[in-house]
Amino acid sequence: MNNQVSAEPLNYLNHKTGLWSWLTATDHKRIGLLYLYAITIFFLTAAVLGVLMKIEKSTIGPTIMTAQTYNALFTLHGIIMIFIVVIPGLAAVFGNICLPIMIGAKDVAFPKLNLFSFYVYITGACLGLYSQFANGHSPDAGWTFYVPYSAEVNSNIILALLAAFTLGFASILTGLNFIVTIHRMRAPGMTWFRMPLFPWSLYATAWIQLLATPVVGITLLMVIAERTLHVGFFDPKLGGDPVLYQHLFWIYSHPAVYVMILPAMGVVTEIFPTFSQKPVFGYLPIVFSSLAIALVGYFVWGHHMFTSGMSYESRWFFSFITFLVAIPSAIKVFNWLSTMYGGSVDLQPPLLYAISFIFLFTIGGFTGLTLGAVATDIHVHNTDFVVAHFHYIIFGGMGFGFFAAMHYWYPKIYGRMYHIKWANIAWGFLFTGFNILYFPMFVMGIQGMPRRYYDYDPKFQLGQTISSVGAVILFIGLIAMITNLVYHVRRGAKASANPWHGVTLEWQVPSPPPHENFDEIPVITREPYVFDNPYTKEK
Amino acid sequence: MSTTEHSEHSEHSEYIDVETGKMGMWLFLFTELFLFGGLFIVYAVMRAKYGEDFHHAALELNAFIGATNTVVLLVSSMTVAMSLTAIQKSQKNLAVGLIFVTLILAGVFMINKYFEYGHKFELHLYPGSDVMRNLPPGEIMFFGLYFLMTGLHLFHVVVGGILLTIIMLRVKSGKINKEHFLLHENGALYWHLVDLIWIFLFPLLYLIT
Repeated sequence: MNNQVSAEPLNYLNHKTGLWSWLTATDHKRIGLLYLYAITIFFLTAAVLGVLMKIEKSTIGPTIMTAQTYNALFTLHGIIMIFIVVIPGLAAVFGNICLPIMIGAKDVAFPKLNLFSFYVYITGACLGLYSQFANGHSPDAGWTFYVPYSAEVNSNIILALLAAFTLGFASILTGLNFIVTIHRMRAPGMTWFRMPLFPWSLYATAWIQLLATPVVGITLLMVIAERTLHVGFFDPKLGGDPVLYQHLFWIYSHPAVYVMILPAMGVVTEIFPTFSQKPVFGYLPIVFSSLAIALVGYFVWGHHMFTSGMSYESRWFFSFITFLVAIPSAIKVFNWLSTMYGGSVDLQPPLLYAISFIFLFTIGGFTGLTLGAVATDIHVHNTDFVVAHFHYIIFGGMGFGFFAAMHYWYPKIYGRMYHIKWANIAWGFLFTGFNILYFPMFVMGIQGMPRRYYDYDPKFQLGQTISSVGAVILFIGLIAMITNLVYHVRRGAKASANPWHGVTLEWQVPSPPPHENFDEIPVITREPYVFDNPYTKEK
Repeated sequence: MSTTEHSEHSEHSEYIDVETGKMGMWLFLFTELFLFGGLFIVYAVMRAKYGEDFHHAALELNAFIGATNTVVLLVSSMTVAMSLTAIQKSQKNLAVGLIFVTLILAGVFMINKYFEYGHKFELHLYPGSDVMRNLPPGEIMFFGLYFLMTGLHLFHVVVGGILLTIIMLRVKSGKINKEHFLLHENGALYWHLVDLIWIFLFPLLYLIT
């Protein structure tokens, strides 16, 4: 490995110092880090709320809180996790840090807009928190804000809705920035099909952000109008249609699920070739499956509403389209497995997370088909089964994808290496705790445990207790992982430019990268995953 | 601090070419269309549900003012497009004049809207009023949609007006010129969007009775 980093040359972290230079940074890597720190704080807050809910449910009856507190907690947990952590998550953090470098650009297309969207995001996040602590009751309508409850209940719903609206605006601006960046800023010679696959997944994601978010934006504004001006768009008492609200909400919020998962798929698509030292299997199918997921995912929202009163025709239509989404997702899974097949697999922490991503995502995906089929959905709708399913997809998929990205690009971002063994142990806790926490919820859901319930029938006692134990193990794993990463930002061993022997462009620049990424914009002459670089030969 | 900030800015801005800037604007305009798209869906659903009530309520609207405003906005779209051509031909004073005319027309639009809203308030036809509460649900819905749709549109008129004012000042100071007119072009695009949305709102609210 080359040791040219020993002289501590100027890089994006040290070329300017001071808090102000960070708060006004237009460098995409710094903005990515600002997002990372904000998201970590919010993620930990919401994770603590989740653990508190699980502790509450460890015994029958009140354990540590009242039912109203519990309702407020799951609402806040949902709002923070969905709108503040998971939807922006990978795109805002690793998209910002890596996308321009991976396509050979010096920055995103609109650096100032990028900084602006960070502040819009922070404003939205603060509004969300403020809604909890402002005068009056904390919102308790869940993160879906279903009308008529959200239109009538006497809690700070308007603040929470404004928060979601503002966060959506930030998401639109990031998506817009990425689309233009990918269209206009690729290095000379980087044709569309020479672009690495993480940027491809961000491209698909950005279109969803751009085209779906405005719909939920206006919907949330209509709920605000309903509460303040008493125009009953959705409230049946005033002549409105509550099912219409659900349609409009899910027209955005189902595609939003793909905003969460597509970048995670992109991350593991980068990780498998690197740690197998083998070109990715089926580049084009992966590209087109990303686009197919984005496109088809737009037309499946109705599967959230099988029990809400829809015509027979819409039910089979939405069910059928939902099954179609499984095809591109499965194509990706087979491609990842085939990439590892016959490669020289190096089981480092990023790969551990990527493999567990496949495992958890597959369980989440199959249970998704259970929910996509009308008959079984009617049985398990609004039970813990749904909660387990989407945690397997969102936490097991996007969450583990995020951790994979963190462990993969960490040496690039900080120029230091975390403790590998420590990372592996933390992964063990996370993976074990995760399954102990969520798997029992599938079982209890099938047995009839409703979601969002504060209390439960004695027959669920065992399952609930196991699940609570899992939550504690998972949380220990989280703390261990974050401690490892934070501790080694300054104290870790120096990382070389390319510790994992990757071949995409970000590994060809020093760690940490210089302020403007490249001294000279590279000229691309071939496909992204060709493993004959000097680093591999050295190995 | 401002000097380093400025140097960083100019460092970056050298990569923003006209095509890139315009593409960003077009994508933003798509999102605006989808924003109003949500309202159009609700309008369509409610119109199907309360056809009769919508018919009665729409008769309350003043189609004459609506038509006047449509003409006003169409002309303003033309003047803003002409101002762009003027700046591309280096006719600075003409460009400033044409943007000023556009702003005047935007003002006329808002004055008309003021009288229109004022009249509705005189009749107590505003959301939450006692008169409104006693109307049939479909008519409440119509006026609710009327105020939300035209209100959101009016907000866009105001934003567009501010944007055009900034552009006019920059044309005056020479920051926008024959070589650098990206902001001017994007502002004009935005103003066309404001016009376009009104062209859909006008028949939906005023003409279909």
